[in-house]
Amino acid sequence: MFLDLFYGLREEGVPVGMQEWLTLMDALRKNLHGSSLLRFYHISRACLVKSEAYYDRYDRVFARVFEGVEGSIDVTDEVMEWLNNPENFPKLTPEQMEELERLSSDELMRRFMETLAEQDERHDGGSKWVGTGGRSPYGNNGVHPTGIRVGGKSRNRSAMKVAEERHFEDYRTDQTLDVRQIKVALKKLRRMTRDGRASELDIDETIDETCRNAGEIELMFRPPRRNNVRLLLLMDVGGTMDPYFKPVSSLLTALHEEHGLKDFRAYYFHNCIYDAVFERASMHRSAAVPTGDLIRRFDERWKLLVVGDAAMHPAELMEPYGGIDPRLVSGTPGIDWMHRLIDHFDRSVWINPDDRKLWSHSYTTRIISKIFPMYHLSVEGVADAVAALVGAKQSAKEPVPS
Amino acid sequence: MADGNGFYKFTGTQDYIASESLVDAVNCALALERPLLIKGEPGTGKTLLARHVAEALALPMESWHIKSTTKAADGLYVYDTVQRLNDSRFGGADVSDINHYIKLGPLGRVFKATSRQVLLIDEVDKADIEFPNDLLHELDEMRFTITETGEEVAAEDRPFVIITSNNEKELPDAFLRRCVFHFIEFPERDLMRRIVDVHHKNLDAQLLDQVLIKFYWLREQTELRKKPSTSELIDWIAALLRSGITREQIESHIPFVGSLLKNEQDTEALRGYKERGGGMPSDWSELGPRYNQ
Repeated sequence: MFLDLFYGLREEGVPVGMQEWLTLMDALRKNLHGSSLLRFYHISRACLVKSEAYYDRYDRVFARVFEGVEGSIDVTDEVMEWLNNPENFPKLTPEQMEELERLSSDELMRRFMETLAEQDERHDGGSKWVGTGGRSPYGNNGVHPTGIRVGGKSRNRSAMKVAEERHFEDYRTDQTLDVRQIKVALKKLRRMTRDGRASELDIDETIDETCRNAGEIELMFRPPRRNNVRLLLLMDVGGTMDPYFKPVSSLLTALHEEHGLKDFRAYYFHNCIYDAVFERASMHRSAAVPTGDLIRRFDERWKLLVVGDAAMHPAELMEPYGGIDPRLVSGTPGIDWMHRLIDHFDRSVWINPDDRKLWSHSYTTRIISKIFPMYHLSVEGVADAVAALVGAKQSAKEPVPS
Repeated sequence: MADGNGFYKFTGTQDYIASESLVDAVNCALALERPLLIKGEPGTGKTLLARHVAEALALPMESWHIKSTTKAADGLYVYDTVQRLNDSRFGGADVSDINHYIKLGPLGRVFKATSRQVLLIDEVDKADIEFPNDLLHELDEMRFTITETGEEVAAEDRPFVIITSNNEKELPDAFLRRCVFHFIEFPERDLMRRIVDVHHKNLDAQLLDQVLIKFYWLREQTELRKKPSTSELIDWIAALLRSGITREQIESHIPFVGSLLKNEQDTEALRGYKERGGGMPSDWSELGPRYNQ
């Protein structure tokens, strides 16, 4: 039953590992839950789930696994018995068991975890190991042959009721992990420089000067180090970009939360950049900003990041009046604007959410990748793009083969 | 309070009403000697929790408030070179002894203490994204070495570490794995009644009902940028009581809205809502199903 909870969580995509599981075992061994299912619910949640985003899934798995178990439950004996039975760890040698007891090595836990995961797959469907069909001593089919006690009035609110209420539905987010990964990649988006007022005590320089001054203290100051990166984001929205809503919004979230940048602005466009871009993704006329203004307003110290799939009708990129949006008819073809942008800014990169393999299939993607260094919207791609933005200057790298 | 097994048991204090799940999480972290990571909306009492746990268990407490510039090493110790330089010029303490210039940070002081301590690491997400990773080893082992002197600072009795986070940044997995986690849910109306009771004793039950209906209704309004929190509710009730307002007066409007809404746009939004002829509920049944279970 407890393993059902554990694997149920893993199947639902909640990141629980061996360390969390062993923490829970430790807590149960200390009999923290007493004999209350509600407290077991609280404690196993505290030990297994590490973000409120997963609380809802925990509730659902818990409700499923413990369906029919009301009131009190004698968890400890059950788990202790299970833990003490070496048959439950058939894949492990006695030495491994011993190591496991010490609960020390992360590496071991990871490998043990993998073994467990493997085991689960192979024995799916009712083995003695992680049974669900009644053959297991931990089955959840409503019969309790092995000492799961039913009944005994609970003094507290029922755990099942709490779980079924599913209070945490609003907190679900399916992209938590991505954002952090992207943020770590974006961390490199800095160029530290010292400018502004000298307000930080320079200890090395002070010691040097003091010595030179025959021990008379001479305080030396310097400006603090600050990130000097200014980033302009131009983003394709709507149409072919819609399927990429999730990765793109992760990137946006990460960029918006990257407080280290000296300055950050975002504008939107649809398919291709023409005479105007928009301050808001709704692209209402009132939010239009002439692209020429961007070039005037953001000087060459800015770095340009374009996010878009670069795949469009060739005419949209190459022809005057090629734009598909009738409000935005423009005599300057998109490709001219692309050239103006890349010539103006210090560094520019293009991040493309399309699969790399698809790039060469699109005529316009091939053209644009000759103008802009193009990277894939993935954690590695973003890291490479960031390196290109702050690293040594280079021209469009290895354009997509035609 | 240590019970027979030497376990510490936290049950909330007279002034701090904790939900059952929070109490269980605290006791779980205490028994397992793991750091307790607390998340939750602002104003749900994350920071207060540490103080009240310390009070309930009669343990001394140390707080470490994290800012965007805080570095992990600052929590352990700081080597005050400037003071040493100054002393070497103007005389003072014994300059040859570097120990005079090593100042322990909050983590260092807690480790060095001879008795068990409660350590609050407040708003851990304010710091750099790598900050929690830099503390992993120290929090695991509860010891560190001062490089300048080679002295090892180790905790005799593992301190109880409470870490709060406002969710501004994602925390690293390796860090999460070591913590017991609890998310403080926004209090429901029964719990809220008990919380209000701690601050404003013997409030008229019908008045409180009206106050809570308005409060939860405001929180349900999606236009608001910042939802009012528990602490703002307490302030609002204080304002209402001072002005001697009656139940009838808050049935149809919200006086002193400034103590609940702290944002001009939010006040505007509420005014706009009223001008459009929008009504406010005066009965629980007019609120969503969540409040009527």
